[in-house]
Amino acid sequence: MSEKIILDYGSGGKASQRLIKNLFVKHFDNSILSKMDDAVLISDLQGPLSMSTDTFTVDPVFFPGGNIGSLSVHGTVNDVAMLGAIPKYISCAFILEEGLEMDDLDKIVRSMAIAAQEAGVLIVTGDTKVVPKGAVDKIFINTTGIGSVIADPSPSGSRACPGDAILVSGSIGDHGLAILSHRQGISFETDVLSDSQNLNHLILKLINELGDVHVLRDPTRGGLATTLNEIALQSDVEMLIEQDRIPIREEVEGGCSFLGLDPLFLANEGKFICILPQESAARALEIMHSDPAGQGAAIIGEVREERKGKVILRTGLGGHRLLDMLEGEQLPRIC
Amino acid sequence: MNLLSKFKDPELCHNILGQIKQDIQGDFRFMEVCGTHTVSIFQSGIRTLLPGNIVHLSGPGCPVCVTHDREIAAYLSLSQKDVIIATFGDLMKVPGPGGKNLKLAQAEGARINIVYSAFDALNLAKENPDDKIVFLGVGFETTAPTVAVTIKLAKDQGVKNFSILSFHKLVPPALKALSADKDIRVDGLLLPGHVSTIIGLEPYLFLAEDYNMPAVIGGFEPLDILQSILIMIRQKNDGKAQVINNYKRAVSDLGNPRATKVMNEVFEPSDALWRGLGNIPGSGLAIRETFSEFDASLIYDQDLPEVDEIPGCKCGEVLKGLIAPDKCPLFGTRCTPAKPVGPCMVSTEGSCAAYHKYKI
Repeated sequence: MSEKIILDYGSGGKASQRLIKNLFVKHFDNSILSKMDDAVLISDLQGPLSMSTDTFTVDPVFFPGGNIGSLSVHGTVNDVAMLGAIPKYISCAFILEEGLEMDDLDKIVRSMAIAAQEAGVLIVTGDTKVVPKGAVDKIFINTTGIGSVIADPSPSGSRACPGDAILVSGSIGDHGLAILSHRQGISFETDVLSDSQNLNHLILKLINELGDVHVLRDPTRGGLATTLNEIALQSDVEMLIEQDRIPIREEVEGGCSFLGLDPLFLANEGKFICILPQESAARALEIMHSDPAGQGAAIIGEVREERKGKVILRTGLGGHRLLDMLEGEQLPRIC
Repeated sequence: MNLLSKFKDPELCHNILGQIKQDIQGDFRFMEVCGTHTVSIFQSGIRTLLPGNIVHLSGPGCPVCVTHDREIAAYLSLSQKDVIIATFGDLMKVPGPGGKNLKLAQAEGARINIVYSAFDALNLAKENPDDKIVFLGVGFETTAPTVAVTIKLAKDQGVKNFSILSFHKLVPPALKALSADKDIRVDGLLLPGHVSTIIGLEPYLFLAEDYNMPAVIGGFEPLDILQSILIMIRQKNDGKAQVINNYKRAVSDLGNPRATKVMNEVFEPSDALWRGLGNIPGSGLAIRETFSEFDASLIYDQDLPEVDEIPGCKCGEVLKGLIAPDKCPLFGTRCTPAKPVGPCMVSTEGSCAAYHKYKI
């Protein structure tokens, strides 16, 4: 019979120790973690630091193109990187539901180790709790990341300036559709994979080559449209977006039209918005296209002064309309 | 280029736009009566491309929006009884008398399940034989046939704990009421594509014959819509109204006889209340006596409570095209998609919600 997680594994006693040693320390494998002190000593970070935390509760835990483990590393690595920083260390805290398959946990932890290795970060501290069945849904993971900021000034949502170019690093809506197609109460199959991936190496290249990048942000929950609106409000500018230039996979477009969804509001986990002076835009695009994480990147619009705090979409036909924030969840159609 | 992208092709669309600009004489007011048209016209940016003398009005085309306050009060009242309400998600936030809605009712203990179809509601009944499931039947001719099939299925399978509260509505009687109303100045009607796939061309013919109203069944892509507008304008110019099917790739002139047959087998026309339009004879669908064991209004003795109108809300005038949504004093201030006062702000296909979401 396959082994399952039982409450003992979160007790702090011998069972916990066994789990930590045989699973977490084994996969994460680094000298800082294996010291097993109460806290971790970090001695090589100086200057301005970037820090971010996120809790991952994705349902389903395993989805096409990734799982909650890889996602929990990518998500935090990317958030730390968006300040123009090199992510270095990550902490992780697990809340496990009693009865979780040990094999599943092993797969998840292994994916975290691979994602961390690809990002070049070390997972140096962690915590595990096991709660009774029903208290969480299988597994929740919190990760916190820290890294050194190398951009000066650092990119920020409040730094978009009229005249700037707006770029997106690749196709939009992949993660949201991959997840939704496995969650809807209707049968719907698609080949779309989540785009969950590390973006820190590409960000580093951009900062090193271009110097000043005004805004970097990953359009996760709420999607491209919501993130653009946040930036427009923070920077008190208008964003004019060309609908034709937004990269969207045909499969995502088709799936969205079937489910009554708008890809511009679907979550992404491996893409970012980059806003920078117009004169750097062409070079930024070249850098993105030369990196595996930036295939499909495109210049999608420009920052303007006119309607402050609004995002305007120039449609494929050449008409204009507001591109508003998402109000709540997108609901199924009634007819 | 696939077939659908042809109907979005900017060059083809601008060609038709050019002809519209050339042919239009004076003002032209057209009304669509389908929420999908409302959204498509905004989403594609057509509104900002049409000449200024073309006025686009959104009529009673969103089934959520036309649901009457008294009907909302009825299903809210039913939700307090010992039943599980099965409903489309869109109805959850629709405010009834006193601002109450299904979401609030749920928070206070009512049992409500969001379903994607009437079949799902029937399955819910089969999975929970000790509970009574009531499906809220809201929608036009597009929705009613599948509900009818579900009722027949429930009868065949002997399911005893399943019923429907039918507030279905029929589009042609509402168009008749609109055309007969002297206050509503409309030069042409863009007829609903989805509804027409079911009922076909014939039920609309009275529009041209009795009211000299240009009317075109149109698809939902930008080219479909622009072509339909051009056809209506040319009819007006010629002074000779016709009902035209401009959506032949989806709509047969005869409609879908199998769907209408099953709809007529289970339902019969009845008077119905419409928000803004009031009581329209023969515009509703009541469950026939043969299937009365599935009629929630009889089983639970659920009448339509008398209610006060929502103060200040102009949804009724919006639905008749008498005012634009942003001319309602509550628009964007007291009434927003986050805190809707009227139903036209709730549904994703409501005209107030579309104005709020898309209008620059």
